[in-house]
Amino acid sequence: MEWEIVVGLEVHAQLSTQSKIFSGAATAFGAAPNVQACAVDIALPGVLPVLNRAAVEKAMRFGLAVGATISRRSVFARKNYFYPDLPKGYQISQYELPVVSGGAVTIQLKDREKTVRLVRAHLEEDAGKSLHEDFHGLSGIDLNRAGTPLLEIVSEPDLRGSQEAVAYAKALHSLVRYLDICDGNMQEGSFRCDANVSVRPVGSGVLGTRCEIKNLNSFRFLEKAIEYEAARQIAIIEDGGTILQETRLFDADKGETRSMRSKEEAQDYRYFPDPDLLPLAVSEEWVEEVRRSLPELPDAKRARFVSAYGISPYDAGVLTSSRELSAYFEDTVAALPSEPKLCANWIMGELAGYLNRDSREIDQTPISSRALAGLLSRIVDGTISGKIAKEVFEAMWAGAGDADGVIEAKGLRQISDTGELEAVVDGILAANPAQVADYRAGRDKLFAFFVGQVMKQTKGKANPAQVNDILRKKLVG
Amino acid sequence: MLNASLKELAGLLATKQVSSVELTRFLLDRIARLNPTYNAFVTVREETSLAQARSADERRARGEAHLLTGIPVAQKDIFCAKGWPTTCGSRMLSNFVAPYDAEIIRRFDAAGVVNLGKTNMDEFAMGSSNETSFFGPVRNPWDPGAVPGGSSGGSAAAVAARLAPAATGTDTGGSIRQPAALCGISGIKPTYGVVSRFGMIAFASSLDQAGPMAKSAEDLALLLGIMGGFDPRDSTSLERPEEDYSRGLTVPLAGLRIGLPRQYFAEGVNADVVRVIEEALTEFRRLGCETVEIDLPNTRLSIPVYYVLAPAEASSNLARYDGVRYGYRTPQYADLMDMYEKTRAEGFGAEVKRRILIGTYVLSHGYYDAYYLQAQKLRRLIARDFSEAFKTCDVIMGPTSPTTAFNLGEKSGDPVQMYLSDIFTIAVNLAGLPGLSLPVGFGDRGHPVGLQIIGNYFAEARMLNVAYQYQQVTDWHKRTPPGLEV
Repeated sequence: MEWEIVVGLEVHAQLSTQSKIFSGAATAFGAAPNVQACAVDIALPGVLPVLNRAAVEKAMRFGLAVGATISRRSVFARKNYFYPDLPKGYQISQYELPVVSGGAVTIQLKDREKTVRLVRAHLEEDAGKSLHEDFHGLSGIDLNRAGTPLLEIVSEPDLRGSQEAVAYAKALHSLVRYLDICDGNMQEGSFRCDANVSVRPVGSGVLGTRCEIKNLNSFRFLEKAIEYEAARQIAIIEDGGTILQETRLFDADKGETRSMRSKEEAQDYRYFPDPDLLPLAVSEEWVEEVRRSLPELPDAKRARFVSAYGISPYDAGVLTSSRELSAYFEDTVAALPSEPKLCANWIMGELAGYLNRDSREIDQTPISSRALAGLLSRIVDGTISGKIAKEVFEAMWAGAGDADGVIEAKGLRQISDTGELEAVVDGILAANPAQVADYRAGRDKLFAFFVGQVMKQTKGKANPAQVNDILRKKLVG
Repeated sequence: MLNASLKELAGLLATKQVSSVELTRFLLDRIARLNPTYNAFVTVREETSLAQARSADERRARGEAHLLTGIPVAQKDIFCAKGWPTTCGSRMLSNFVAPYDAEIIRRFDAAGVVNLGKTNMDEFAMGSSNETSFFGPVRNPWDPGAVPGGSSGGSAAAVAARLAPAATGTDTGGSIRQPAALCGISGIKPTYGVVSRFGMIAFASSLDQAGPMAKSAEDLALLLGIMGGFDPRDSTSLERPEEDYSRGLTVPLAGLRIGLPRQYFAEGVNADVVRVIEEALTEFRRLGCETVEIDLPNTRLSIPVYYVLAPAEASSNLARYDGVRYGYRTPQYADLMDMYEKTRAEGFGAEVKRRILIGTYVLSHGYYDAYYLQAQKLRRLIARDFSEAFKTCDVIMGPTSPTTAFNLGEKSGDPVQMYLSDIFTIAVNLAGLPGLSLPVGFGDRGHPVGLQIIGNYFAEARMLNVAYQYQQVTDWHKRTPPGLEV
């Protein structure tokens, strides 16, 4: 039987506010345990939460960017459960009335675009951390993270398989960084996913029983977890078994998911509106103010790149995957306006390759957009060939200076002097009389042999177009 | 000095006839002598109080005094005060020393008021007799065999026994007004949101409201002026201009329309209470007030509604007492779950556990709609009753409690009987309205009877005016329990 894998994601994006969602303590990552936990965060008797306006605004930015409804009135609720790193014994979240409802995100697949619908996005506070190592059989509690604002973004089960899920997660990841609402740092847990996975026979209109896989903090883990989980479910069903609804954990070392708790063991969170917080009212004016402050979003930018620069939708998708990359591309084109396609190819090819090789982000490139444009302009004006340009690029990456300097220092300037090239061609034709005869007898393929000989002798510096012209002329005899 | 009003004490301080240190010392000595009998205070820190008194005297000498600078006030042990044990009447917090000040403590400090000590209370403010305190019951100064009411029983007894000129209380279902009534003093629960809840240990957040307890309405007005006001650290605090609650005290009452709810004079109210209340109403008529009968048809629902909503909120508010970060932790445990269970089993008393269980139940899946949501709907109906009533009257009056002070142990075995003690006060909290209790006479056993005045939202100044005018022509508020005159 053919199976369809159905996935819905719950993404927790940590909002990049200075202070926590309900207290004035700082949110910076990496401080010594419990130094960023104030009276409110450790839930001393008598303390009260006060909502951070900046967190609401960031949630609104997200909602407006995905075409969602910003609720004029939303409600904070308490989710009650006991855990040592949950200081109040409840988490303040939103339940029945979230701040953001609906909306959609467009994702780029290899062959097409797909729209993924969102259910909602709601504000909540993060819990602290339990530390189980280094305490000689005891557990340590670090409440620095307690009260950090999170936006939980819930998708409909619109995703089919791990590739789509990853594409969606990447699109969200890019979007929250565009919007400057989340730093997207997955190692530090600023952006993490829970995946709801089910399988069904292709063509079935009914959803299968789902399992939720918790806390996937890399795109690779997300992909592996979904693939493992789907295969597990398919194997059970094909063996005549049934899937039990449960929460599962992904073991990254083994590449497996394992059961954490079944539906029967699921806790009753006893949600109710938090009486310490009034309903959140958002005015029309505030919504409009936030709307006006939104940057150009990936979808709009992608469309503009296609129409303004004549590059393919796929390339535009790659180049707009982050705000920094798109800015780099536009800066390069601004310095070399006639060649957007060439710029795009070099950024996605050579530059991306080197960044990837050295595990660097675009903002850590040693070759500025201006320097890259300088190099590319030497291809355009015929000073060097594309092939030589790669050699120059490598030197520039290693810190050898700008393109012109490298070309001069290494003597890589292309030989475009007709007289010089004609002399080389004459020499090669004279040295290979048999091949010349064969060519003239109709073995056209030998043309490449002559070009190769010229390049070999000039160490690749011969202007290829000119070599072709001269050879063609001389071989006709 | 024992019966002096706050204004009189302030006058003595201002004219240097007495210093704050002398006044504080005098009261601390009196507490040391009498508290073993009444158990009104759970914590006294003489040196700390005297140090505050000294700086108050210095402040007076510098001419920077607020009216009440140097006056000692007892604080209910529900308010966090930096460096003070803050127990909320519970074993759970028996070892907890607050590292920060509640907003009202900060306000009293800023005014130069001396913290005289922390008063006993029902555990986590859950009780109407002060018998649920981990630190033992408080005794009523009018009859040591009787309860002082609760939950602010320690504060009420401290003022009644003249151990403190004034005290603070909190009122979730009547916890200021009922003990004020049972101890023969005055107390006001302001409109919800007038006094900051920051640093006040939560019982039921949507109902909890702090207020002053004192000998007279005049004193209450001065204290409320310090306690009330917007606090950005409490999201339910109301952003309103600062108010002078004394401004209208002397306005005559002629023409005041007093609403008398049919339901507050029905069966279930003791005959002696009804008699005393009727006499008080006669006095108000003499002052030119007219009385109109009003209807509060949903009053009968207020106890069931309250005992769904308050425990629901409490079950969540008290979840933080888990033995992990502060407070009591059981000495022996096998694992995390065992630690939680033993800590909470040993740290909380029976009434608190009962309410946590009720609250957990009514919020549980499958019961939430039937209990919690229904109760919220009824809460709105109860509030609507009052807004209808205030179309035909200016204030509402009735007994604060259906009985006078009952004996220790008399109702502690029967929670429902105990809950009925708050039948006239609870609806006021559910509606968020202000309520005041003042002493208006004595019942058959010589126990005080309190009259409740309920006002519309933000009508505190008017209610204090009404009580003040009554206290100008009566002397019930000046009566001192037998044996405590000196």
